[in-house]
Amino acid sequence: MEPLARHFWDGCAAGELRLRRCTSCDTWQTFPREFCTACGSTSLQWRRAAGTGTVHAATLVTRAPSDAFRPLVPYAILLVDLDEGVRMMAHGMPGLAIGQRVAVTFLAHEGRHLPRFVAL
Amino acid sequence: MAHIVGAGDTGFGRHEGRTTIDLMTQAATAALADAGLRRGDIDGLICGYSTTHPHLMLATVFAEHFGLDPVYAHAMQAGGATGCAMTMLAARLADAGQCRRILVIGAENRATGQSRDSSIQTLAQVGHPDFEVPYGATIPAYYALLASRYMHVHGVTEADLAEFAVLMRGHAANCPGAHQAAPITVADVLASKPIAAPLKLLDCCPISDGGVALVVAAEAAGGGAHIAGMGQAHRHQHITHAADLTQTGAALAAERALEEAWAGLDDIDYLAVYDSFTITLTMLLEEIGFAPRGGAAAMARAGAFGPAGSLPLNTHGGLLAFGHCGVGGGMAHIAEAYRQLAGKAGARQVPDRRTAFVHGDGGVMSSHVSLVLRAE
Ligand SMILES: [Zn+2]
Repeated sequence: MEPLARHFWDGCAAGELRLRRCTSCDTWQTFPREFCTACGSTSLQWRRAAGTGTVHAATLVTRAPSDAFRPLVPYAILLVDLDEGVRMMAHGMPGLAIGQRVAVTFLAHEGRHLPRFVAL
Repeated sequence: MAHIVGAGDTGFGRHEGRTTIDLMTQAATAALADAGLRRGDIDGLICGYSTTHPHLMLATVFAEHFGLDPVYAHAMQAGGATGCAMTMLAARLADAGQCRRILVIGAENRATGQSRDSSIQTLAQVGHPDFEVPYGATIPAYYALLASRYMHVHGVTEADLAEFAVLMRGHAANCPGAHQAAPITVADVLASKPIAAPLKLLDCCPISDGGVALVVAAEAAGGGAHIAGMGQAHRHQHITHAADLTQTGAALAAERALEEAWAGLDDIDYLAVYDSFTITLTMLLEEIGFAPRGGAAAMARAGAFGPAGSLPLNTHGGLLAFGHCGVGGGMAHIAEAYRQLAGKAGARQVPDRRTAFVHGDGGVMSSHVSLVLRAE
């Protein structure tokens, strides 16, 4: 895993949703990089996100890809529009609908803490 | 101007004991026979990737195996858009004078060459390794996310999506070599096993073995199809970063191809559109403009996409019914468009068609390649 991705997942383990923010143009990013995709600046900082957002898309997976995920079936995967203005993939509680306001929690699974959103 | 002068396929389904190279060989042999050419006539080779035979130099491996001596060869990777992208490249090579006759091949033993879990996990890798795949996301899940949003915004229903699964089975019933040709109803689709809501088993294409090959040539051979326009668009790889799920790039690719062909949507009288899932087909038809937003299913119910309709669509059965063997799955659309324009579609031949539109989508609506074909 790349160091920037590791920092994100370490944050999840610590109960924090960590995002990168460009100090030059204030753009946030969900797939962390060494540079800002909006302005090219290499001056970015990790920030703790509010952890709140709105459901943009949702699915309930019943055909898991592997043994590791079969115990979680059915599990909801969401695209969430975070209040910081960026979108991320995450788990969600089953039944969440598009447009619903949500807040992040974390689910320990197979050595990771998966962000899992619940209704706000 | 480049031309498609031959097509061949293996039929899709289960080909026990047949490797990627075996299936490539069978498809290439059939395409050469259709074109009336011999190995020595081929001076270019472009092949797709194979998940079951992930060689670094698959084209060179095949050239040696099949006994070709091309002046240009390599393999390409653009997911489900690879077939259209390879055909586009072959046409450019022919137009540039680099090659005179290029063999284009996609084949894979995707059904029998690996376990179903392995296939699903391999394909899911089009997602982001650190920020999508770790959630247990699969290709159906990525497309289900698209579907949920698209249905929400445009009022498309699960029964609307099911219409296309039914249509493709109906077409496959008339096509030799189809993987799944048994008729189904909308009720069957709605009652099929949930995979990733709102997509159910029958909203998804099957995993097949098979292969398709085309011959693209600098000169017409009489009775084929010429490649009149080509266009691409690539606006995101990962679904998390698709800025607007209603503007994925499909319309841009189509506009570029139509512009090169000096054609408009109204000139198109045959459709060959990628249909990995029912939502894929719905979104592509509507984004490109062959149907109004939210209106593709109504057109299907009215018969527009049937053999006797104004826009016959995937008359071989598409990925949803003819089957999906990877790169060859997308190539089957091109082969069928060529056969319809060339009058070689046998029992499923539709009445006179002049201009076909072909579209391939790779990844999660990530790579888009459109082709406009005209009858000679
Ligand atoms: Zn910036």
